[in-house]
Amino acid sequence: MGSITLFKKMVFAGGLALSGVAWATTPSAIMLANTCAACHGTAGSSVAQIPSLAGAPAEYFVESMKAFKSGERKATVMDRVAKGYSDKEIALMGDYFAQQKQIPMKQGFDQAKAGHGKRLHDKFCEKCHEDGGRKPDQGGVLAGQSMTYLSFSMADFLSGERAMDKDMKKKVDEMFKSNDKSSVDALINFYGSQQ
Amino acid sequence: MISRRNFIKLSGGALAIGTLAGCAGGTSRSGAGGKVVVVGGGPGGATAAKYLRMTDPSIEVTLIEANPRYYTCFMSNEVLGGERTLDSLTFGYDGLRRHGVRVVHDTVTQIDPASRKIMTKSGQTFAYDRAIVSPGIDFKWGAIEGHSAELAENTIPHAWKAGAQTVALHKQLLDMKNGGTVVIATPAGAFRCPPGPYERASLIAQYLKRHKPKSKLIIMDSSDKFSKQGLFMAGWKKHYGYGTDNSLIEWVSAAQGGKVEGVDGKAMTVQGTVDKVKADVINIIPPQKAGKIAFDASLTDGDWCPVNKKTFESKKHTGIHVLGDASNSAGMPKSGYSANVQAKVCAMAVADLLAGREPGFPSYMNTCYSVVAKDHGISVSIVYTFDEANNQIAAVKGAGGVTPADASAEALRREAHYAHGWFANITNDIFG
Repeated sequence: MGSITLFKKMVFAGGLALSGVAWATTPSAIMLANTCAACHGTAGSSVAQIPSLAGAPAEYFVESMKAFKSGERKATVMDRVAKGYSDKEIALMGDYFAQQKQIPMKQGFDQAKAGHGKRLHDKFCEKCHEDGGRKPDQGGVLAGQSMTYLSFSMADFLSGERAMDKDMKKKVDEMFKSNDKSSVDALINFYGSQQ
Repeated sequence: MISRRNFIKLSGGALAIGTLAGCAGGTSRSGAGGKVVVVGGGPGGATAAKYLRMTDPSIEVTLIEANPRYYTCFMSNEVLGGERTLDSLTFGYDGLRRHGVRVVHDTVTQIDPASRKIMTKSGQTFAYDRAIVSPGIDFKWGAIEGHSAELAENTIPHAWKAGAQTVALHKQLLDMKNGGTVVIATPAGAFRCPPGPYERASLIAQYLKRHKPKSKLIIMDSSDKFSKQGLFMAGWKKHYGYGTDNSLIEWVSAAQGGKVEGVDGKAMTVQGTVDKVKADVINIIPPQKAGKIAFDASLTDGDWCPVNKKTFESKKHTGIHVLGDASNSAGMPKSGYSANVQAKVCAMAVADLLAGREPGFPSYMNTCYSVVAKDHGISVSIVYTFDEANNQIAAVKGAGGVTPADASAEALRREAHYAHGWFANITNDIFG
């Protein structure tokens, strides 16, 4: 099993990085990450509604957890959860999830909307969310991600609840110049269609 | 494929080696990774078996569970309210088999910690290097006058272990007249799923509101406060008229006489400490204790099993670990999430112990969603750490808690979505 080998490598790397005292009281990456699985899926690949963490860049995971922790990013549950972990623990989890292979979520989608979404993606999103949103770049993995979560996230971005970075804001504004609000739904269907 | 006969020969041989090794001091093991027998195939046992195999595939894992299918208690309140089918709560063990777990459907009758052997009803014997016991709960019959297992079977379902009991209570609600009275009696002492009775009240009230609006639901409570109380009551006000004369839900605290002391299945009455209440449907959730095998194997102290919180090894018998509802993991609620997380901590500790390593520093977590109404979910989420000095599971300070009281309708709608996402993910993590 590939994941076991990976785990051993990670434990080894973690052991080198931490001092003796910290090692004794800091849980291993997998010990920490295992506690997330009941909501986010085994090894970070969710099967319904809740976002997958597998394959997300460590920087994105760490940044998200810190934003939840500080209250900068609003959440239903994660703001309460993130406060329970030290920066070191968050970094360990970030590395763990970055190394997991994301299993795309099996979910229902609208074929016509997905087709429309692909054209929109290629035009407005592909530059940062490369390879149809499969390649984690600026953010998490969009392809195969929970459509429920993506729709919540986009609602938050568009309402201003969650801050868009400059590039994203520019592209979203550009998209809305020539497309109506249903374009967001089309994009979400495109990402959800990649299974 | 190994034939059944050969398999018995093989396992018999391994058993003999195991016994010899045991005599030599108990530290040597048969096989490269050792033999673990898991007793009980609920969220705790099934997760432990799967994660042991994921952690170290050289460990031979046998799971002994009486039933071929498991019905999750979590989300069973949605079956009572007609929101989902029992089928959607039903899980088999093929997923565990795919992970290389040997699944045996039998009932464990005895655990001998001295010879490290487990005996079953059908006469099989299983040798182990370490055993993991996760039997869930059993009911304390007789705590309420007139109450019995027979009465629960036929007239007053508990529906606190899902399956036939869930279906029976649902049917009673379907058969009840518009204008009927439903009573839910909550148990005294520690019990499985602390917010469960109140989610149950919510989802039955939702059913009544839609189909039998002249009816009423009374919660007879053994306590004066309950899990997520403020959030439940706010939800009841919003959806079920709580606090008005036409409320679908009435809550009778212990101080108001809510503790049920007796029940009469013929007259269909429950006796509180103040009033006797007549009802059409009565759901008494009995007081609870660890599952039967925990008592038979002398793993208990009082109602629950004391364990080392780092490894979940029993404080009564070495080599046996107890987790989930049956363990005395004070600090963590008795929930499916707790059992799932404890099982992983335990599985990693068992793998470490079998390999002669010091178990790693644990991390635990619990998130419980409750559905108050359609598009209205609430949660409690706590991150726990290990307090080594006191061998306790302790909530991390400054973190966790319940859904904020001022959460927007949109936030509550999202929590309802996430509650269902949680169900799909935890069951896949346990059985998939």
